[in-house]
Amino acid sequence: MAGIDIDAPGTTELFIGNEAIARGALEAGIGFAAAYPGTPSTEIMESLASVAKKMNFYAEWSVNEKVAFETAAGASFAGIRAITAMKQNGVNVISDFLANLVVSGIGAGLVLVSCDDPSAISSSNEQDTRNIAKWLDIPLLEPGTFQEAKDMTKWAFDLAEELDTICMIRSVTRIAHARGNVTLGELPRKEHKAHFDEIASFTPTLTKFAPVLSAWKHQQLHAKLDKAQEIFEPSPFNWYRGPDKAELLIITCGSCWLYSLEAVNALKLESKVGILKLGTIWPLPQKLIEKHLSKSQKILVVEEIDPFLEGSIKELVADLPPASPHPTFYGKRSGHINAFGELNPDMVIEAIARIMDITYESRPAEYSKKAEEVPLTYMPPRLMTFCSGCPHRATFWAIKNALRLDGRDGFVTGDIGCYSMALGPAGFCQVRTMYCMGAGAGIASGLGKLGQFGFKQPVLAVCGDSTFFHATIPALINGIYNQSNFTLIILDNNATAMTGFQPHPGTGMTAMEEPTKVVSMDTLCASLGVPVEVCDPFDLKNTTETLLKAMSKDGIKVVIMRRECELVRARREKKPLYKVHVDPDKCLGEACGCDRLCTRVFGCLGLEWDKEAGKAKIDETVCAGCGVCADICPQGAIIKEAV
Amino acid sequence: MKMLTKDPLNLIIVGVGGQGNVMISSLIGRAFITEGYFVTIGETYGASQRGGSVMSHVRISKESQYSPLIPNGRADIILGMEPVETLRILQQFGNPDVITITNSKLVHAIGIEYPDLDDVVEAIKKLSAKLWLINATDEALKLGSAIFANTILIGALIGSGILPLDKESLDPILRESFPEEKLEANMLAFNKGMELVSRG
Repeated sequence: MAGIDIDAPGTTELFIGNEAIARGALEAGIGFAAAYPGTPSTEIMESLASVAKKMNFYAEWSVNEKVAFETAAGASFAGIRAITAMKQNGVNVISDFLANLVVSGIGAGLVLVSCDDPSAISSSNEQDTRNIAKWLDIPLLEPGTFQEAKDMTKWAFDLAEELDTICMIRSVTRIAHARGNVTLGELPRKEHKAHFDEIASFTPTLTKFAPVLSAWKHQQLHAKLDKAQEIFEPSPFNWYRGPDKAELLIITCGSCWLYSLEAVNALKLESKVGILKLGTIWPLPQKLIEKHLSKSQKILVVEEIDPFLEGSIKELVADLPPASPHPTFYGKRSGHINAFGELNPDMVIEAIARIMDITYESRPAEYSKKAEEVPLTYMPPRLMTFCSGCPHRATFWAIKNALRLDGRDGFVTGDIGCYSMALGPAGFCQVRTMYCMGAGAGIASGLGKLGQFGFKQPVLAVCGDSTFFHATIPALINGIYNQSNFTLIILDNNATAMTGFQPHPGTGMTAMEEPTKVVSMDTLCASLGVPVEVCDPFDLKNTTETLLKAMSKDGIKVVIMRRECELVRARREKKPLYKVHVDPDKCLGEACGCDRLCTRVFGCLGLEWDKEAGKAKIDETVCAGCGVCADICPQGAIIKEAV
Repeated sequence: MKMLTKDPLNLIIVGVGGQGNVMISSLIGRAFITEGYFVTIGETYGASQRGGSVMSHVRISKESQYSPLIPNGRADIILGMEPVETLRILQQFGNPDVITITNSKLVHAIGIEYPDLDDVVEAIKKLSAKLWLINATDEALKLGSAIFANTILIGALIGSGILPLDKESLDPILRESFPEEKLEANMLAFNKGMELVSRG
């Protein structure tokens, strides 16, 4: 299977959008790539890291997005083209540095890729990062196809250097994680040479790389944007498809280009509806848009998440002379397009049909009726849960029992990772707050200071190992410094598991698969002068007792739950820990009184309720063999045997 | 050369997180890319390892790049790795001409009363113009692991003759997709899949 570094210009590969972006960076001759994983952006860095050695550039997983961005800026300042990529939440993390970097300008080409997640499919929110480009005066591109994802990324480096400012690419899940045709270009093979002084001189004494004289530089930044607009006006990333005069003009960008095209074709309105597809999103190509606004009295803006184009185009229209066209706008504000969630071809079909007053039938009514008659009980919903053998299931089982035994109405403040699923039945609904990276410990630090107001509930803050390094450490130190009360539970599964097992400072491995120093969270926490306990979550008894003991003490305590991610372990060892089966003579089924504790409450996918036998059984195709369920069965009917 | 029966041809591959949707869709997609087609594949990640419903929309065209989401009621072929998931997709994307190939092995969901397989199959039949029901998981276990069910289903899809692809066009893709030590078993699985549909 071809990697992103295949040296075959002109051939066509099937790439996900993220690989296409990575390929574009290769074709631009990057020397430096840094990121923190986050769905749907992760594969950009993953695919870059996989070829970095071969292609003679540097790639790293950084400790968090802000540090990743700063390292990339460092490379840019020393004349090396650099890229950083992140999910939308990551853009919040980098925003302080970003807001100051735009003031100074850059060294070599520096590109920020933000992958938004409409419908928050794998996210806590669905914020639209196009807004930050407008907010902070950043030139912004958005690809509408996989080919464009590659071509735009390559061009963004040239653009950044021409304008002397960072350029941003916004992608969305349906580009980032969808696959499509990408025809490859040339791979440059130049030697990278880094030196800071050569490009740092702004005046003989003052460095360029600091936000000083900022009001003046803000004015300069506006001039850079004016220049960007001039460059964007004739850009091949913007195009119009449709009749010279249209009954309806669609203005769209990103993944919505393909939805709009499909919708117009499905309704057979090619001769009546035109589509203006924009790829240069900020600053807008004003003259191009003005030219096309005269094509129709009706404009439908099709875009995902916020009405960014809609609002910005209306601003343009407001500035036009009175004699200019002032068409009627349809979109999120009119309610024709959802102002939340991701779009799809059907939603665009519906919007167009409503405006054009036509009807659309996706399939014969008779078939639809038949389909709707299928009882819903035939299609029970599937809840996401922890993988079979996941250490988190065992951890939250111990947490649930420890909190109950403690009896003071204690609770868990959660964080971002696989364990966020403990908001639901996967983790017995134990997590009671969940916001952003590091927030669990921060919130706990505040709650733990409420003793003077009568607050007596024990607080358990959970975070993953990667999250610990990303953003939990400052909150932990804050709690210690301010003498708060909480127990920090670090779920150390030795990987950034949620995004695909990327290494982090605690794993002893780099993105380029080189061994490195392990940053020990045990030593780090102990050096802060707080008690640190390490548990194996599969040992439910000891884990529960350790948690109870920690909760009984005042101050900050750290409990590390150490057990490798089962998917990583299984991939390496290729065999289960235990062979597990249910002894049908011991399992009492409904008569037990446990109310199906194993299948209904513990809820591991490897446990199955055998309806006919009225007893539990193990699904051997799913069971990972962790053996934890053997310790929860009140009858000892689940048997684990060493493999 | 065989042609697409429709342009675009819309194929949905559906299963449960962890079953291997992405492997199948990307393998089929690469086979079409090699033959000079436009291919778009939309996948739902998020739940990819965690027991949720997972689907891949595969769109194949000689004309142009299509969107990664198939409109409702517009699937031409549904390849199901789990019968309940197959039914769920048929209900939303099916139409009177849809052809269905599905694994018959139920994957149970946590905390939910699972429906009777016969009821589910009956409903799938009602909504499909043609149905191949295949016990891919049991056949895979005979080859040593449930994971081979994926390659059996790919074999069934190719063996059914509904795509303009044959064993020869898949062969190089299969060879580059599996590690040396897994190749033989996967080739056996592929042939098994072809054989299962040839029996009708």
